[in-house]
Amino acid sequence: MIEFRVAIRDALAEEIERDPAVVFFGEDVAAAGGVFKATPGLHERFGDERVFDTPISELALAGAAYGAAVTGLRPVIEIMFGDFMALPMDSLVNQAAKFWYISNEQGTVPLVVRSAVGGGGRFGAIHSQMHGTWFQGIPGLKIAAPSTPAEAKGLLKGAIRDDNPVLFLEHKRLYSVKGPEPEEEVIPLGRARVAREGDDLTIVAISKGVPDALAAADELAADGVEAEVIDLRTLRPLDVETVLASVAKTNRLLAVEEGPRTGGWAAGVLGAVAEQALHDLDDAWIVATDETPIPYSPTLEDAFMPTPGAIVAGVRERLGSPAA
Amino acid sequence: MSDIGAGPSVEAARSAMPPEGPPERRWFDAYGRMLLIRHFENEMQRLFLKGEVHGTTHLAAGQEAVPVGVCMALEAGDYLAGTYRGHGHALAKGTDPAALAAEMLGRANGVCGGRAGSMNVIDLEHGLVGCYGIVGGSLAAATGAALSAKRQGRVAVALFGDGATNQAYFHECLNFAAVHELPAVFVCENNFYGEFTPMQKVTAGRDIVARATAYGIESALVDGNDLWAVEDAAREAVGRARHENAPTLLECQTYRHYGHSKSDPATYRPKEEVERWLARDPLTLARERLLALGAPEADVEAVERSARETMDRAVEDALAGPYPDPATDRATEFSA
Repeated sequence: MIEFRVAIRDALAEEIERDPAVVFFGEDVAAAGGVFKATPGLHERFGDERVFDTPISELALAGAAYGAAVTGLRPVIEIMFGDFMALPMDSLVNQAAKFWYISNEQGTVPLVVRSAVGGGGRFGAIHSQMHGTWFQGIPGLKIAAPSTPAEAKGLLKGAIRDDNPVLFLEHKRLYSVKGPEPEEEVIPLGRARVAREGDDLTIVAISKGVPDALAAADELAADGVEAEVIDLRTLRPLDVETVLASVAKTNRLLAVEEGPRTGGWAAGVLGAVAEQALHDLDDAWIVATDETPIPYSPTLEDAFMPTPGAIVAGVRERLGSPAA
Repeated sequence: MSDIGAGPSVEAARSAMPPEGPPERRWFDAYGRMLLIRHFENEMQRLFLKGEVHGTTHLAAGQEAVPVGVCMALEAGDYLAGTYRGHGHALAKGTDPAALAAEMLGRANGVCGGRAGSMNVIDLEHGLVGCYGIVGGSLAAATGAALSAKRQGRVAVALFGDGATNQAYFHECLNFAAVHELPAVFVCENNFYGEFTPMQKVTAGRDIVARATAYGIESALVDGNDLWAVEDAAREAVGRARHENAPTLLECQTYRHYGHSKSDPATYRPKEEVERWLARDPLTLARERLLALGAPEADVEAVERSARETMDRAVEDALAGPYPDPATDRATEFSA
């Protein structure tokens, strides 16, 4: 068994060891080992040139990563909380994401931006957001969000070896989760995964939504409803094929999103399936959050999150009484 | 705060010239490169009015001495990040004028295949990591390039305007480069106007150059219309970067002859101010300097003829190129 945060650290260590071009920097990532203790020991092991602390300067951090990536390095940076991604958008959206295309493919931009994301930690409205959807409409940018320790290691290694800029979202409520060691050393970005097989309903999720959907699926099984759970792994590129194959079997599609329905990725998944396989669909809907900022108070935040209970309740309401 | 146009005088610049000896070949080449930039900008203005250059353009006529002087101090492998007023930045770094002109025209033979356009030119082969359409972007790009450059024994230079010195990018990157001891040179092309607004109205404190003190880095105030002064300051700064991993801020005072962009007649600038600066045209100053140093007039004229011919050929080649064909364009979102 391996802890999620250790999987992150191992992936970084192995890639820094493997490729001299890989460097890792951010706020409090070196001496302090990261605010979520994901990266202790890396600085001691690899030294100042490969792993270093930076000023609290998100624009300079992301800009430096972009400039370094187009001149020979493969930087991995940490923008501590996903919410902070509002600051460095210019370098990532206007420069890094567009470089390959507008340069007429003169060069690549191999950089990774790691961030802690998600609600449930009582961090309030501005330390709990999932920024993936802010960036989902930007061609040239990949967005990955692992759901288990094994996925975290394989996807992070895949992100570091990818020649394109990648946003890597690590859910705060997953850091302490333990799970099986990875089977696949490097997971290439853009392939979804069937996390649980079932014939009655397809539940699509990503990041912490996957273990939540799996817990819900176990509960639904007691009702006699067998849910298939798809772990998207990446929001861009979006592996619609894997979802289509599942829906062809189940004819029912539920997308569970930690974030507002408006402008979210779940609506994009439903749209893609409707466009390409309307004939396979008997039903399709979304369980998402309210259209408000994320609340602080435990009672409010718990009610806000798309928990396993909320997923089960949503499915029961939609399908009618328990089949059993 | 400097008064606009009260920068170092021509006389002061002349008094700083070396006492004797004919100029080396590289000064002729630099003068030729400045002329090429001037011709390029005038041609782009002409082609814009003919509808051949699309969207908008930001011309750098009048500011040629800064990028040319800076690039004289660089080696071929060094990195440069420029601005949306970047045609001169690219040409100074070595971008082929025909390929640059074709890019302006949106042609397939453009340096970026017509995908980038006037504000976003990238030419990695010549170390131009990019030109940045958002004010201050070049500082961040050069700071990152300096991370690579530090390993590679190279130097990274950012060119940016006075407007950029009020962006967070300026302050974050100077601090970042200083604390991480990066081989970077930050070159402000202070043309005294951020788009239509005079710099004094929106810039607190004293001169831009004084801001270096806050970050504990070396700096210099430079007559940006004097090629020799720019080269001299740049050589020192580049040496400090390459050998000591210490960044430098240079404030090069200069002036644009055209307005901010194609649609701007620049009526907000006082006539006397414009005349004062036109009298200090960097091309005229460079020509006078070459002759004063003993360059034969015939050699200077040969450089001038050659620059004109190069530009004429570049426009001809650019216009001969096809537009990219959407039917055969094989663009991919990601590199494999």
